[in-house]
Amino acid sequence: MTAVAEQTGAWLQQLREAAFQRFTELGFPTTHDEEWRFTNVAPIARIKWDRRSPSVVCQLPDGLSSHLAKYAPFQNHAFVALNTAFFHDVTYIHIPRGQIVGEPIQIAYDSPSAISHPRTLIVVGPDAHCTIVETYSGAGAYFTNAVTEIVAGSGSVVDHYKVQLESSSAFHVGVMFASLGRSANFSATSISLGGALVRNEVSVTLSEGTDATLNGLYLVNGAQHVDNHTSIEHAKPHGTSHELYKGILDGRASAVFNGRIIVRQDAQKTDSKQTNKNLVLSDEAVINTKPELQIFADDVRCTHGATIGQLDAESMFYLQSRGIGKQDARSLLTYAFAQDIIDRVKVQSLKDSLERILFEKFHERAH
Amino acid sequence: MALLEIKDLHATVGDREILKGISLTINSGEVHAIMGPNGSGKSTLAQVLAGRDLYVVTAGQVIYEGKDLLAMSPEDRAREGIFLAFQYPVEIPGVSNMYFLKAALNAIRKHHGLEELDAMDFITLVKDRMKLLEMDQELLNRAVNTGFSGGEKKRNEIFQMAVLKPRLAILDETDSGLDIDALRTVAAGVNALRSPDRAMIVVTHYQRLLNYIVPDYVHVLAEGRIVKSGGKELALELEESGYAGLGIVDEEEAVGKL
Repeated sequence: MTAVAEQTGAWLQQLREAAFQRFTELGFPTTHDEEWRFTNVAPIARIKWDRRSPSVVCQLPDGLSSHLAKYAPFQNHAFVALNTAFFHDVTYIHIPRGQIVGEPIQIAYDSPSAISHPRTLIVVGPDAHCTIVETYSGAGAYFTNAVTEIVAGSGSVVDHYKVQLESSSAFHVGVMFASLGRSANFSATSISLGGALVRNEVSVTLSEGTDATLNGLYLVNGAQHVDNHTSIEHAKPHGTSHELYKGILDGRASAVFNGRIIVRQDAQKTDSKQTNKNLVLSDEAVINTKPELQIFADDVRCTHGATIGQLDAESMFYLQSRGIGKQDARSLLTYAFAQDIIDRVKVQSLKDSLERILFEKFHERAH
Repeated sequence: MALLEIKDLHATVGDREILKGISLTINSGEVHAIMGPNGSGKSTLAQVLAGRDLYVVTAGQVIYEGKDLLAMSPEDRAREGIFLAFQYPVEIPGVSNMYFLKAALNAIRKHHGLEELDAMDFITLVKDRMKLLEMDQELLNRAVNTGFSGGEKKRNEIFQMAVLKPRLAILDETDSGLDIDALRTVAAGVNALRSPDRAMIVVTHYQRLLNYIVPDYVHVLAEGRIVKSGGKELALELEESGYAGLGIVDEEEAVGKL
């Protein structure tokens, strides 16, 4: 082992111990915690797992330690602390300055065990372009606790997709932090289709002239619960952010959308738009949607809006009056509701497979 | 056997009775105009025949091709050949006009034991129908009625009718909001679909449309009842003396005179 590797190993060991220490102090959040008011993680807390202090030391590539755990703070986040203490490997992607990667980079996490802590670090150099597709899946009952850190250099173009296809009895907590450089163009799309108890978090920090787009689609049915927490922080002037999250709820399912937008005093000329739309197909499904605007600058434009609605009776009648059966009309309108998020997916193969998955889901429900 | 027989039809919305005993017999090949002032129940009649559940039928019967129409779902009525051209066609973002119409046509074909059409066969089939309505093919790829002008929406309704080929077409105020050129195009489309196997009910407030779609019979509806029936000359009579000539209060005319 070289001196550098030893140093890195020691650094990592310290990081893990600090994270573990912090986790034991924090404990799992409860619904008394404002951030977790509508999401009860007691079923996760009940999982039996090895609480011994971590001892695994893995070797890290040079350069990684200057980024790892720099963007995903664990001080106030039990799940990030847990991941930081226990992750096994780091998926590390580094796109050097000016490099244009045309093909999407696919990262697939198929849950290997009862508990896993996938860790991803994506470092995109200035003026580099790339597309990342992260997919989460698995079989049976398990808990995935993922943390992704992204640092996008100035002038870079980064499209990130998270596709959550966990099994119907899985717990999933996935947290993403992105630090976006000056004039970077960034998009994060979160497609959340699976899981029994799911929390998706997306936190982005914008710099001067950064353009960020956050799109999301969540589908819940049965007794599923999906919580989407997003945070967009405009730290510098002239940033633009557009957020559109759409949810489709059926059965006894529940969902949460909490969209925080922070505009720092420095961030004049910020232009920010947030929209959350929900289609509720059953009487028992529950949606909690909440915008959270913290604006400290005075020359900004921030708009937000949330809607909760059922299938439009007139549209249903229109389709039926043309011979389309009631169930087919329902699935057609439900699919149409999700369509504009799917249309925004720029990776054709992903778009195709999402269209297929959605079509099957709605068709299944209809017949 | 008559194609459609309406017997003493009563219908309510909420606590309000809108149709107060309508009786009407329509045979294949006939075009019936139903005229009347706003609030007379014209559109309600059209919607009730198409199966809109907003309205509750409280008495009466509707027999269509010997079957109890009121017992049928809206989709089954459509599959059996009833078509309503909406007064206000509904915008459906996210569903392409082509996908929508193909799904409709195939649902009807399936109902009659015919093979479903694929996209290619469908395009071939609709091409000449589009020409008939002077419709741009681009409208097929756009979302149903979304961002269409008033004229494009009405044209799209008649285009759908031309593709679905109903036995009984009900045109609800198809003339409203149309300029004279659009009216001519739409009327030409409707006239091209007149056939001995098809009947039409043309619901309108104004006589203007009936210059282009000449009816065999005209019925005047007021306060939920047919107060007068006659030939096409009745429409002209109405144009001369207005609804007031028949002793009918028309809010719009009254306002017009102020």
